[in-house]
Amino acid sequence: MTILNSYFGEFGGMYVPQILVPALLELEKYFVKYIKNKCFIKKMNKLLNNYAGRPTPLTLCKNITIGTNTKLYLKREDLLHSGAHKINQVIGQALLTKKMKKTKIIAETGAGQHGVSTAMVCALLDLKCKIYMGCKDIYRQNTNVEKMKLLGAKIVPVNTGTKTLKSACNEAIRSWSYNYHDTHYIIGTSAGPHPYPKIVHKFQSIISHETMKQIIKFEKKYPDIVIACVGGGSNAIGIFSKFLKKKNIKLIGVEAGGKNNYNNSASMKYGKTGIYFGMKSNVMQNSLGQIKDSFSISAGLDFPSVGPEHAFLNYSKRVKYVTINDQEAVDAFKILCKKEGIIPALESSHALAYAIKIIKKNPIIKQTIVVNLSGRGDKDISSVSSFVKR
Amino acid sequence: MKKRYRDVFTNLKKKNEKCFIPFIMLGDPDFNTSLNIIENIIKNGADAIEVGIPFSDPFGDGPIIQNANLRAINSNINVSKCFKIIKILRKKYFKIPIGLLTYANLVFSNGIRNFYKKCREVDLDSILIVDVPVEESKLFYKYSLKNNVSQIFLCPPNIENYVLKKIIKMSNEYIYIVSRPGITGIFDNNIFNTKIISNKIKKISNVPLIQGFGICSKYQIKKILKSKIDGVICGSIIVKQIEKYLNNKKKIILKINSLIRKFKKSTKI
Repeated sequence: MTILNSYFGEFGGMYVPQILVPALLELEKYFVKYIKNKCFIKKMNKLLNNYAGRPTPLTLCKNITIGTNTKLYLKREDLLHSGAHKINQVIGQALLTKKMKKTKIIAETGAGQHGVSTAMVCALLDLKCKIYMGCKDIYRQNTNVEKMKLLGAKIVPVNTGTKTLKSACNEAIRSWSYNYHDTHYIIGTSAGPHPYPKIVHKFQSIISHETMKQIIKFEKKYPDIVIACVGGGSNAIGIFSKFLKKKNIKLIGVEAGGKNNYNNSASMKYGKTGIYFGMKSNVMQNSLGQIKDSFSISAGLDFPSVGPEHAFLNYSKRVKYVTINDQEAVDAFKILCKKEGIIPALESSHALAYAIKIIKKNPIIKQTIVVNLSGRGDKDISSVSSFVKR
Repeated sequence: MKKRYRDVFTNLKKKNEKCFIPFIMLGDPDFNTSLNIIENIIKNGADAIEVGIPFSDPFGDGPIIQNANLRAINSNINVSKCFKIIKILRKKYFKIPIGLLTYANLVFSNGIRNFYKKCREVDLDSILIVDVPVEESKLFYKYSLKNNVSQIFLCPPNIENYVLKKIIKMSNEYIYIVSRPGITGIFDNNIFNTKIISNKIKKISNVPLIQGFGICSKYQIKKILKSKIDGVICGSIIVKQIEKYLNNKKKIILKINSLIRKFKKSTKI
């Protein structure tokens, strides 16, 4: 029996082979115990502040919004030590690993951001680290691969299936079912079997805590709209977390629309409820129940499902989920570079592109928008330049 | 409940034999060859068969079964074609127990109620859903009872006592004892220690115990069946023959037939 409710409405659960259930229950037990433990929280916060670089700034973009009445803020998770929000929850899970007396870590990564964060924290805390990564992603995110290697992680190239994040996730679960006794699997997003979506929500909610304080300080009011990109959904759930109860704040999750209706990663728009990657959630699948290959220019969004809490927030209509295609994301990437001197991750560029759409649609309206800039874009420079050349 | 598994176990006991269950992926490498392989398996001594419905993301399986899933999907096999194969087999071989192995999304996406109804219509004996542990099995189990199809649960070495008790309570035909941690696949020289768990179960229940995962030799089968285990399931070593002789379908049948005969012989105590 789980201690916490493993479902969000009808979404969630623990759909894994029986052998992994004890490992999940152990993780839940330690999470519940230590999340209320003052020493644990103090240690985690110390690492978040002095190692990862929290709090991150909330930057007002003055140039993009010239001629409009919009105030556009970026929550600068890109300025974290690892270059993305991923490190927030990796620190939490790595500390839990220590408490569970496990010595090894496995993780999977798409864009490489989660892999880099995991490798960094493992080096810091003396944990052995193995990262599963699809061969296609190894090719398109080579800078991050090199970083992970330098940090002492072993990269396991995944040559099966789609050779992207989807296949890497399958391989990581396979590996974990052999080694759960001394190995913790750090899932990098708010997807997967219970308790991962709850754990990731909790550890990423720091983004929301800070944003709320900062926006009140700057604007003396809450924002009107909060926007974040959604692959598995960790940065989005992180920035939405504290705003979920404030019903008058519009929350928007932006999925990867990819090339077209057939080549995308938008499981909320094009998927339906299914059971995949240990959870019941929105899944991109064909009419026969086989999981479809996803597609996005952004490796971090290239996943055929989404965290179960997002599926619930979509169902309950608390969050609006939209799509941005590759071209729109690349355009937003370039705009931010040129107008504000910030190179955003392609993932975050999707969120930014939707903010720009809103601003353009009604420039006169007085509004405050916060976009979660979940990561920086150095890793994406070659992807963008080859997209532009095409 | 149906009598097929019970009859098999009773008859085997009389003959001083234990149960041999080969696993085959439906539609691997194609509809007709797959049907032909299964018929040969039955003719060559299988006491029961376990058949898989291919899934795109079989994360509970190792590379051999994973490739079988993909070969079958690529040959355009789907759930309804799988049920078609089972229907043909059932018509021809009324007495042999047929168990189904699949993943949750295939059951869910077809509608759980509808899927189990199809299982009943083709007179299936049991169903094992790899990614539905006891903790998530309520709805699936309800429909298994309603449709007279036994739900089979995996019982891995790290099982907690309270879960084991639940499994015993929910198992009518047999309990699937997992040899070792991990996924399906062949690992030579694996010593399986399932004595503690099988003794524990046998103390409180008579439900037959079938062991699977990694069983690939006569030696292993003989050793396993010296304990309180009532039978074995072999998958990867059989499926491997399909992969190995993919361009020679006759050879696939010959090789699998010889394996089945050899393994069945090892179940004679």
